[in-house]
Amino acid sequence: MRPGEAAAPDRDFVLRMHRTMLRIRIAEEQIADLVEAGEVKCPCHLYIGQEGIAAGACAALRRNDYVWGGHRSHGHYLAKGGDMKGMMAEVFGKATGCSSGRGGSMHLFAPEVGILGTVPLVAATIPLAVGSALASKVSGDGKVSVSFFGDGATEEGHFHESVNLAAVYKLPVLFVCENNFYSSHLGLLERRAADNIFKAGEAHGVPGLAIDGNDAIGVHRAAEEAVRRARRGEGPTLLECRTYRWRGHVGPSWDTDVGVKRKDELKDWLPKDPVARSASWLLERGVAKAALDALEREVRAEVEEAVAFARASPYPGEEELCTHVFHGENGGA
Amino acid sequence: MRSLTYARAIREAFAQLLASDPRVFVIGQGLWSPWYVGSSMESLDVEFGRSRVIDSPVSENATTGAAVGAALAGMRPIVVHPRMDFMVLAIDPIINQAANWSYMFAGKASAPVVVRSIINRGGEQAAQHSQALQAFFLHVPGVKVVMPATPYDAKGLLAAAVRDGNPVLYIDDRWLYQETGGVPEELYEVPIGKAALRREGRDVTVVATSFMAAQAVVAAGALARRGVDAEVIDLRSVKPWDKELVLESVRKTGRLLVADAAWATGGVAAEVIASVACEAADSLVARPARVCLPDAPAPMSASLEKVYYPRSETIARAVENMLCLKEASCPTGSRS
Repeated sequence: MRPGEAAAPDRDFVLRMHRTMLRIRIAEEQIADLVEAGEVKCPCHLYIGQEGIAAGACAALRRNDYVWGGHRSHGHYLAKGGDMKGMMAEVFGKATGCSSGRGGSMHLFAPEVGILGTVPLVAATIPLAVGSALASKVSGDGKVSVSFFGDGATEEGHFHESVNLAAVYKLPVLFVCENNFYSSHLGLLERRAADNIFKAGEAHGVPGLAIDGNDAIGVHRAAEEAVRRARRGEGPTLLECRTYRWRGHVGPSWDTDVGVKRKDELKDWLPKDPVARSASWLLERGVAKAALDALEREVRAEVEEAVAFARASPYPGEEELCTHVFHGENGGA
Repeated sequence: MRSLTYARAIREAFAQLLASDPRVFVIGQGLWSPWYVGSSMESLDVEFGRSRVIDSPVSENATTGAAVGAALAGMRPIVVHPRMDFMVLAIDPIINQAANWSYMFAGKASAPVVVRSIINRGGEQAAQHSQALQAFFLHVPGVKVVMPATPYDAKGLLAAAVRDGNPVLYIDDRWLYQETGGVPEELYEVPIGKAALRREGRDVTVVATSFMAAQAVVAAGALARRGVDAEVIDLRSVKPWDKELVLESVRKTGRLLVADAAWATGGVAAEVIASVACEAADSLVARPARVCLPDAPAPMSASLEKVYYPRSETIARAVENMLCLKEASCPTGSRS
């Protein structure tokens, strides 16, 4: 191995990332079908096509490290170890959901694995991630925080204020921008003059890298180095992970109606499928096709079981309407 | 009991909270400056270290969001906005995030953050350095709002806010900083949601907030010399507010005046009067009244400031009008 060259990733490790991606892909395809069938009604923003980022970055984390997401966070939740049944029931609006049916797809919660809440206001969780990193610095608990957000979020002041704050206090946080080239409907270059999100890192005095977001192995490698820096007290890193959203901003459609350009782009991006990519990597290194097929069957069974659980679960009762407005009180305001 | 100024009482609460709870830290602009936030934060950075008393970049949104995130991660942060006007840049983390967190996750999480902001007006500071915006937050479920008027409450409400477990906005007023009053040396809590009866009276209930509560006590003294016996209630918490005490008082006096040095429309006074109208209108023998700011931004010139801000005389005059003590100003239709 030449100096500076990364060690070849371990096959079992890549297999685990592949499994994470499959869980996200299959769960979301199922959710897309359920939305189309009218069974799931809350707004669902699908991550299909972007799985390499959550899988790669979360594989660099410990169970109690913090992860923050946004409206498109099924992938972050599952990659960090959130419970499949809890997510599916939440998407159905059921009382057994991870947020007790209070949040739906856009509000996921799994504190047991460091997910303190994913919420949909664009960029809003970036300062919250800086806050959990600040908590780690003040308390010395050694944890790292990861903030996942889209390219649109970098247009919010939240982003720039937060990167600066984290930089000046050298906080243990990773800013992971999932650049899928679209906000809800406008293309990147309709919203900013240059395709250079990663350079915001340099502007704020922190390392900023643009990497291939559809390569889970590469994302993991970059995230691991950033996590190491963070744990050493050297401060934040900005990773711009370039990827593509296959489906629409919200819902199951392929969203080819937002412009001719997007239809052409999608044709280019589909072959860069991060899940197919890790499958080829594994096959090339001797993992049997039968083993990958078995893994897929296992994941499908898990997702089906979660859907059955969600269907069988009760909705929140009407008596729940005004409870928990304030913490520690069961009544309303 | 030992006497302290309002500003020193705040500082003492910060010091004792930092000393007694390792989860407490403070972040905000001006915290390392001897002049920035009055004497209310003086040398806390020297006493507790700059990693727990953190002066910040000019980033209200990110510092407030960071405080909310730290609270979600188990800390008890206090974020300080030297002027309430500046806090408007941090509305998202307060309203969208902190206030909703408990409800969104069914009480399984909450953001126990204290957001301290300071009303700092007068002195020809004009529209963007003078605002009192408590009404914004009154409207939003999931956030509590306290406005101490005395040194005792300034200390006790800060302790209660930090220990509450919910997001609490702590609003203090620079016009009260030199007020003195008895303050116990030990750390204690003033319960959030409980008003203080500052003066008992039979003729009229004056409900007031913050600086206006202090002015209402002065007004009641002046009114007493003119034969009017005013009851003064200092709300202390504007959300939740002590409806029981106010209703009980109005049922006794039959008259209600609310003084809140913020805009009248959609404000604290509007809410108190609406609640009394809904629940005790039959006790009223006169139309309720409010002493608030005119619905206009803060002026600059001293000549306009003088008529913009209500004082004790404004309250006394409003009470006299309500009681028809001056024929010319008697509101038509009054049943008193």
